[in-house]
Parts: sequence; structure tokens; C-alpha cells
Amino acid sequence: MMHTEFTVVEGDFANAGKASSEIKKTLKQLNIDNQKIKKIVVAVYEAEVNAIAHAYGGTIFVDLDEEKICVLIKDKGPGIPDIARAMEKGFSTASAKVREMGFGAGMGLPNIKNNVDELDIQTEVGVGTEIKMIVNFNS
Amino acid sequence: MNENYFYHALRINHKICFGCTLCMRNCPTEAIRVRNGKATIYENKCVDCGECYKVCPSGAVYVAEDDFQSIYNFKHRVVLMPSVFLGQFPEDIKASQVYSVITEIGFNHVFEVEASAFLHTILSNKYIREHETKKPLISTFCPAIVRLIQVKFPALVDNLIPIKAPVDFTAIYIRKKLIEEGANPEDIGIFYITPCAAKIAATKSPVGEDVSTVDGVLNMDTMYNIVLKEIKQKKEFNKKITANNDVTSDCVIFSLTNGERRLNNFKKSFAIDEIHNVIEFLERVEDDDIEDLDFLELRACDESCAGGILTCGNRFLINDRMMQRAKKLAERERNGETSRRKAIMNEREYLTQNSHVGKIKPRSMMVLDEDRSVAFQKLTRIKEIESKLPHTDCNVCGAPSCHALAEDVAFDRANMTDCVFMQRNLEKRGSLKVEESVEIMKNIWGEDKLKDYILNK
Repeated sequence: MMHTEFTVVEGDFANAGKASSEIKKTLKQLNIDNQKIKKIVVAVYEAEVNAIAHAYGGTIFVDLDEEKICVLIKDKGPGIPDIARAMEKGFSTASAKVREMGFGAGMGLPNIKNNVDELDIQTEVGVGTEIKMIVNFNS
Repeated sequence: MNENYFYHALRINHKICFGCTLCMRNCPTEAIRVRNGKATIYENKCVDCGECYKVCPSGAVYVAEDDFQSIYNFKHRVVLMPSVFLGQFPEDIKASQVYSVITEIGFNHVFEVEASAFLHTILSNKYIREHETKKPLISTFCPAIVRLIQVKFPALVDNLIPIKAPVDFTAIYIRKKLIEEGANPEDIGIFYITPCAAKIAATKSPVGEDVSTVDGVLNMDTMYNIVLKEIKQKKEFNKKITANNDVTSDCVIFSLTNGERRLNNFKKSFAIDEIHNVIEFLERVEDDDIEDLDFLELRACDESCAGGILTCGNRFLINDRMMQRAKKLAERERNGETSRRKAIMNEREYLTQNSHVGKIKPRSMMVLDEDRSVAFQKLTRIKEIESKLPHTDCNVCGAPSCHALAEDVAFDRANMTDCVFMQRNLEKRGSLKVEESVEIMKNIWGEDKLKDYILNK
């Protein structure tokens, strides 16, 4: 098992993608199928952007072994009041400022769900959110 | 991955190299190490971009070329001259002078490579339109870029346009013409004047192909010297032949940055030159980060072929001369003094039949092992080693970075004790003698650099 952590800073869109690109580098070394790598990169990137845009930043924990990659994004943000709605395509609570920057199209969570094998969201309004995603290399 | 995949034209003369690390530090694929005081190349990682050649302060990096005399192995000697060759000569030297001199020094025929660039464009654009799902389509014009994508961006290999380069089309055309005129195929020798090492490598071991379309390659600087000397020594100039009129105005600048891009009208396309710029951009393309991208023209050299490592003179001046020439040609085309329809287009069908290259395969240098479980073990080991290294990227171990050393150690190509910080720590503990450290350093840097200069001076 290999463990890595990344810190995500609130509002720092300029550095969105740091974690996903590091993960990409690692997975390339393991001879993982390119399409699979792309999916993981997209999912992690979306989660990074979520943490930057909505959740006052957070921490990304990556656990990797031969069979799978598990990415956990923890934040102390506002929480998601209605997960079912958040999972709908196009639903977004992003502020006008965030939308102006080209983010906030409401594709975040649905996009993550489409690209991973397992997705688990634990959230409490006013406390924070934990998004755990798993991709199996063999599936 | 020990299999020797490719011919490389870039070599290092160990008699001249003094182990300065400049090439190692500038290599975009971390393909160089210093061993025994000399730069050495990991052939699997080298993409022939020539960055090492550009930065070498001593001229130790050189480009292997065919002997000029080998042209005489053939009865019909053809030279393929890229437009950038003419761009090197000062304004007072006319194209017709260059053509004449080339025929005097031993060639029977001179032909400009970009003669086929127009057809190349037609076929590429057709391919791009027919392969919407593979977007963005990436040009294969620059062979260093093709190799870079094979080793560093294997996921993008299928985006490469599998169409031969203009030099191949032109060579195929001329060979056909000469055979039709009665020449024995074995007597035909087609030689290409190359502006870079990557084109030599591509010619000697073409990607996806078995046989090369040309019989030999001559380095552009060598040819520049030969031709310029002849012109300078001539008291009077006999205009034996006029410059062939092979190339259209827009194709004269095909090998410059934007040369390909300006010939298509895709909604979203980019022309990017210089290999580090290309790598930065491809990282994003690989992530599908840029939407609706149609076409990418990517070149390893700054200012594309005008900045080729074997060109002579300043790349911006070469670029400007080529632009001026294109402008003049365009005017003549507008005035009806010259036709835009060239003879080579009569062979369009034949050339189209021979236009495709075979399958371009990924050959990732990133993959640590084909077996994922072995790769994972290697990866774990690399991370573990790396965590113990100082992250100074000081190069003293003979590797370009701490990460590169960690990788080398994991693959038994180097030792942890090659790290000078590691040595100090072990000496402090008493588990490594100073004499042993010196021996290690000698293995990396050679005897000379470890001489006791303080006492001797």
C-alpha cells in the first residue's frame, strides 16, 4: 500500500489539477490502461475543483495498491444539504464569481460518479464533506 | 525494455566530453547520466530532439552522418533539399547559385523536399476529417515529437496522423520518375539534407515502416560548408541551371512554425514549437483538458526547422529569409509568372496509395514493468529511496535529479551511496570510509576530477 496526501487551498483555482496530475504520473508507471487513467484523473480533478470552489479547501488522501486506487477528499466546508440534487447533472450552487472562471457547470459529482467504481459521500451541513472514490484496475 | 528500439544519430565523443552535466540537466526525457566523467545516453529514453547538442559547451555531442563519398555508389545521384537549406544563405546568394553548385559537386538532380507538402496537406486534412473520434489529431511531421509521444505520452499515440512526411513523398516521386526514364532502381541514390538529428533517426529506422525512402542522409551544416566554399571560391558564376520551380509559396514555409496549421482551417488548432512547450501542452491534452481540439502542429525545435540543430545561422534570420522568399513566390503566382500546379500533383494517385505509415506503437518509458505487481514493487522502492534523498537535484550522483537516481537505484543501474549526502551520513556513522567515497566519486566523475588539486596548486 502506498499513501500520499495533497492539500487543496480554498479559491486557488490556479493550482487545481496538481493532485490529479501527480496521480496520473504514478499510474502511468504502473502500466494501467490509458482510458482508466483518464477516468481517475477526471474524477480526482472534479473533486479538487469542488473543494476549491465550495469547501474552503481540504485534504486529499490517496491510497494505492496493485489492485486499486482509493482517493478520499476531506473538507471542513459547508456540507451538501441535498445529495440527491447535487448528483443531478447541471445542478450547481456555485457563486457567480466561480462560474465566471469557467467552473460551476453542475457536472462535478455526476462526473465523478460516472468515472469511478465506488463512490461514497459522507456529509454534514456546517461540518464538512468526505468523498471517497475507488477505482479497481482489473474491472 | 532493454531491446534496442531505435537508431540514434546523436552521439557523444568521450574524448571531448568533460562531464559538465549541462546536457544531462537539459534533457527533456532525463535520458543522460554521467559515468566515469562522461555523458552517456540511455537509448530507450532518447527521442533525438537534440537539446543536448544545443547546450554542449565543448562540441562533444555530435550527429553521425553518411560519408559524402557514398553518393558515388550510385549512378543517379539525387539530393533532396528542404527549403530551410536555402534560408541559411545570405541574401546576396541566389537560389540558382546554390542549385548550380550542388550539381557541380556531384549530384545529377536537385529537388526541394516541400514539393510534396501540398499533397501531404491534402491527405492529412482528409485523414483528420475522416477521424473525428480521434481528436485532436497530431501532426507526424517532426520525428522527435513522434518519438516523444511514443515514450512519454503513449495514450496519445492513436492521435498521430499516420501519413508519411513530405521528404518520403518527394523521394517516392523522384524514384518513380527516374525509373520511368529508364534508370535501373539500384543505380538511384536519393540523399536528404537534414536540419536535425531526429530526421536522421527517422530515416534510418522509420517508425512503423520497414524500409526507408531515402538512401542516405547528409547533415545540413556539412552541406552548407561545402556549398558556401564553392560559391566563395568561384571567380565568376556560370548559371548552369535555374532553381527548379517545385514548390508553391505556402509550402516554402511548411517547415516553419504555423507552416502546417495555416494550411488547414480547423476551428481549434495550435502550432507549438520547442520541446518543453510541447511537453507542457501535451500533459493537458492527455487529460482531455482542452475541449474540441481539432489539430496540433508540434515541433521539437524553437522556430521549428529554422532552429534545427544542424542549421547554420540564427533561426530568426533563417525564418525571415524563408518568409521573404515565400512572399516573392506568392507575388509571382499572383502575376501568373509561375503556376501553383506542380508536376508532382500528376502522380497524386500513386503517392496517395503509398502515403500511409504502418502502425505507430507506444513504447512507454514510464512503465516500470509490464507486470503491474512488479511495477508496484518497483514504484514502492523508488518512493522509499526518494524519501531518503535530499531533493537537491544537485547532479553530483551523475543523475539529473534525486528522482532519477531513485529510479536508477531501483533498477540496479546505480547505488544509494552515489549520493554525496548519503556518503557524508554514512561516513559520520563510520560505515563508509572516506577513501570509499572517493572511489565512488571517481566512478562517476573520472580520475581527473578527483585529483588533489588543493595540494598540487
